[in-house]
Amino acid sequence: MPDLSTNCGGIRSPNPFWLASAPPANSGGQVQRAFDAGWGGAVWKTLGQPIQNVSSRFGAHSVSGARAVGFNNIELITDRSLEINFREIYDTKKKYPKNAVIVSLMVETRQEWQDFIKRSVDTGADGLELNFGCPHGMCERGMGSAVGQEPKVNQEITSWAVEYSSIPVLVKLTPNVSDIVPHGLAAKRGGAHGVSLINTIKSIISVDIDRFVPEPRVDGLSTNGGYCGQAVKPIAMHMVAALAREEGFRLPISGIGGISNWRDAVEFILLGSSSVQVCTEVMLRGFRVVEDMIEGLDEYMRTHGFANLDAMIGKAVPRYSDWGNLDLNYETVAKIDPALCIGCNKCMIACEDGAHQCIHPNPTGARMPVVDESECVGCNLCQIVCPVEGCIDMVKVDNGFAPSSWNQFVEEGRVLRPKKGAH
Amino acid sequence: MISTPLDPDRAESVFADFKGEYTREQATLEASRCLYCSDAPCVKACPTHIDIPQFIRKIATGNLKGSARTIFDANILGMSCARVCPVETLCVGDCVYNLMHVPPIQIGKLQRFATDHAYAEQWRFFEAGADTGKTVALLGAGPASLACAHELRRRGHGCTVYEKRGVVGGLNSTGVAPYKMKADRAADEVEWVLGIGGIDVVTGVTVGEQVSFQELEARHDAVFLGMGLGSDTNLRVPGEDLPGVRGAVDFIEEMKGSRLSLAGVRRAVIVGGGNTALDAVREVKGLGVTDVVMLYRGDEAAMSGYQHEWAAAKVEGVRAEWRGVAVGFEAGADGRVARVLCQRLDERRQPIAGETFTLAAELVLVAIGQSKLGALVGSLSGIEVSSGRVVTDEHGATGRRGYFAGGDCRNGGKEVVNAAAEGKAAAQAIHAYLTGGL
Ligand SMILES: Cc1cc2nc3c(=O)[nH]c(=O)nc-3n(C[C@H](O)[C@H](O)[C@H](O)COP(=O)(O)OP(=O)(O)OC[C@H]3O[C@@H](n4cnc5c(N)ncnc54)[C@H](O)[C@@H]3O)c2cc1C
Ligand SMILES: Cc1cc2nc3c(=O)[nH]c(=O)nc-3n(C[C@H](O)[C@H](O)[C@H](O)COP(=O)(O)O)c2cc1C
Ligand code: SF4
Repeated sequence: MPDLSTNCGGIRSPNPFWLASAPPANSGGQVQRAFDAGWGGAVWKTLGQPIQNVSSRFGAHSVSGARAVGFNNIELITDRSLEINFREIYDTKKKYPKNAVIVSLMVETRQEWQDFIKRSVDTGADGLELNFGCPHGMCERGMGSAVGQEPKVNQEITSWAVEYSSIPVLVKLTPNVSDIVPHGLAAKRGGAHGVSLINTIKSIISVDIDRFVPEPRVDGLSTNGGYCGQAVKPIAMHMVAALAREEGFRLPISGIGGISNWRDAVEFILLGSSSVQVCTEVMLRGFRVVEDMIEGLDEYMRTHGFANLDAMIGKAVPRYSDWGNLDLNYETVAKIDPALCIGCNKCMIACEDGAHQCIHPNPTGARMPVVDESECVGCNLCQIVCPVEGCIDMVKVDNGFAPSSWNQFVEEGRVLRPKKGAH
Repeated sequence: MISTPLDPDRAESVFADFKGEYTREQATLEASRCLYCSDAPCVKACPTHIDIPQFIRKIATGNLKGSARTIFDANILGMSCARVCPVETLCVGDCVYNLMHVPPIQIGKLQRFATDHAYAEQWRFFEAGADTGKTVALLGAGPASLACAHELRRRGHGCTVYEKRGVVGGLNSTGVAPYKMKADRAADEVEWVLGIGGIDVVTGVTVGEQVSFQELEARHDAVFLGMGLGSDTNLRVPGEDLPGVRGAVDFIEEMKGSRLSLAGVRRAVIVGGGNTALDAVREVKGLGVTDVVMLYRGDEAAMSGYQHEWAAAKVEGVRAEWRGVAVGFEAGADGRVARVLCQRLDERRQPIAGETFTLAAELVLVAIGQSKLGALVGSLSGIEVSSGRVVTDEHGATGRRGYFAGGDCRNGGKEVVNAAAEGKAAAQAIHAYLTGGL
């Protein structure tokens, strides 16, 4: 029986699945139902000074009939009273002592930070998350991503929080920066126990082309929102991995962004996350999605022989390297399995128009096209467009050249194989 | 093995699956189409209330083990149900895609994909509960008793199943159409259910004959009645005892278990309009009889058999005589049945004077229902039998202390999935009874 429990910067939970600070973690009723459904922890919807929200607030990016592959929002932090929120956090923690309850905060002055942290710690919560990420509305007021984009301010506020808090402090980072690393390092210098990333990405999700207004539409106007959901996963994973592999960083990471099932979660964990947070998938489909996440992770750990989460956290990080270290002499070519090919010719047109013109009609007249291996550069575009699993395989060619990366070529003068498809 | 090995050349083996199995890609694509409804209508339509959106999502994410667990947790007979359930009128019929005029999700085929995988991988999900020292006698080794016994074992009660036949599995082994499921798969399911351990099956023992209810009461702490229905009902018309005229369920049992010669049979008449009649016409057709006629007393729309089954039968080349009844059978020179004498009925099912007709047939199957077995227990004080059905409360408890019932003998003859649901519910009631609840 693998042990799914985790310890993320001193915050313990029975499994790594946490609700992200967002509408699903807006109230005690919701968080408690989520815990009943199996969620290991929850980061409460961000608390701060009272705000007022707009209608409408959300927009969706739908692709070829798949609805809300990407999602965006222009809502702010909690609009419920602080008293009710703190009481519900207290009640929830009392009722669910084993689950992690984390309070997300976003305020302005040092005094406010001190105040809010005291009240949060008094609820019995397991940790704090500093929201330095919200990319709309709050940043116009000097909070949220306005903090997260300035390493100095980030470090300073983090150091206040750490000073006032007796419980672990996670800093939630914004992805709206050119390089995440200095921002993670700033949180570390401020004394953070860990970081959470990513918050949402600045976006315009769509435009109402009849009214000439971007969406979501607030009467006749709109504003940029925060992008999230399945579509942002690749961006989020890069940022998580960039921090995970940074020598000077080495803090626990709570991974967020586009996680919708156990596979996504496994990927985030392999890239260095010790917990994962989910918002959009729960907004779209409910707390019940966690059942499959837990089962899928459990089964994955069994089949790979991971007795506990620590054994797998960051397993793929050492394999994330710079381009200059990749072996330029490693050569593959596409092979089509005639037993599986359905003759759709999608690979042929993709290679012909979008790659290196090396998949051709079968000279025998059969529908299965043939690969000219002497021209194939091994880009794997054909494999990507092929609708049949396992039909196109990228097969290693033994070309007789010893491995050489670009760096080895430049530094040691190693020999590179002749280029293919470059005529 | 608890039953005798099956003859690989038994008559049913010529049939291919009507609904084929999914490849992994087909299953993933179909599963990805599921809307993952909340409070889903398909779940309500399933008598065992499998969490269908959840098991389908798990197929889509590649969590096949979890998918199978979700199915079996609700319905331990999920593998046979996936094949034999009339999904068109149950879960699939209620898929919300129907309302959008989009093809509904193929729930049965997805369920088959997940459960077949679990069987192939020999995944086991359930363990017997800690031994309670109590034992339960179950009548019949059909779906109702199997579902009941498995649930009782999860709660630690010992089980002994008494089965009068040499084969186990009930009608899943002896009745279900082979293009849905063959007897070997039903036997696999029995093995799978018994895999939980602690369920004794005694075959060739008829309760009421070789062993009495008094003996069962002396040996066990409770009794579950899951004996299903009895033999085919007769027409009671002249010539019914001629060779070549037989009950449909009896014929089907022979086809599923042994070799069968239909040499000399070119034309067959199946009397009835229910699901057994519909199975029988397709089976006889599939066994190679050229001219197969269903003789039914009502109109096409009045048939109690499922319309989707009749539609398939028509495609296979079966025809029907509507508003006709058999009033007698005549023999040919060989002394076997050769003709069915028929009377035409009006809309009110009254004979139309002078309108008679004859159908030539070398084989006649009578499919007008099965007898009820309630009488077996009718003499036990406290047990009420109504129209041959054993009467129980909604949990399956009869009026006699320690006696429970489920499946066809209780509901008068429904589906395997109803027997599974009722058997499981009764196990929960038995558990409450044995642990001092009642
Ligand atoms: C021809 C036919 C086709 C069918 N096709 C389908 C289908 O495609 N899909 C579907 O869902 N349902 C189908 N059904 C219905 C389904 O088979 C039944 O609803 C289901 O099997 C009922 O289960 P059960 O356990 O109550 O009874 P059964 O399956 O009838 O099992 C009862 C068992 O009890 C045994 N028994 C009886 N009396 C005694 C006794 N005194 N002592 C010991 N043992 C005894 C019998 O031998 C039998 O094995 C079909 C039925 C028939 C007749
Ligand atoms: C409607 C909405 C409201 C959100 N509100 C907050 C918030 O109050 N505080 C916060 O830290 N993040 C907030 N987020 C960001 C999420 O916590 C999360 O970081 C982001 O959505 C990426 O995860 P996902 O792809 O699983 O949705 C919000 C996101 C959405 C969609
Ligand atoms: S048991 Fe039958 S009705 Fe229930 S979900 Fe499965 S196939 Fe549908």
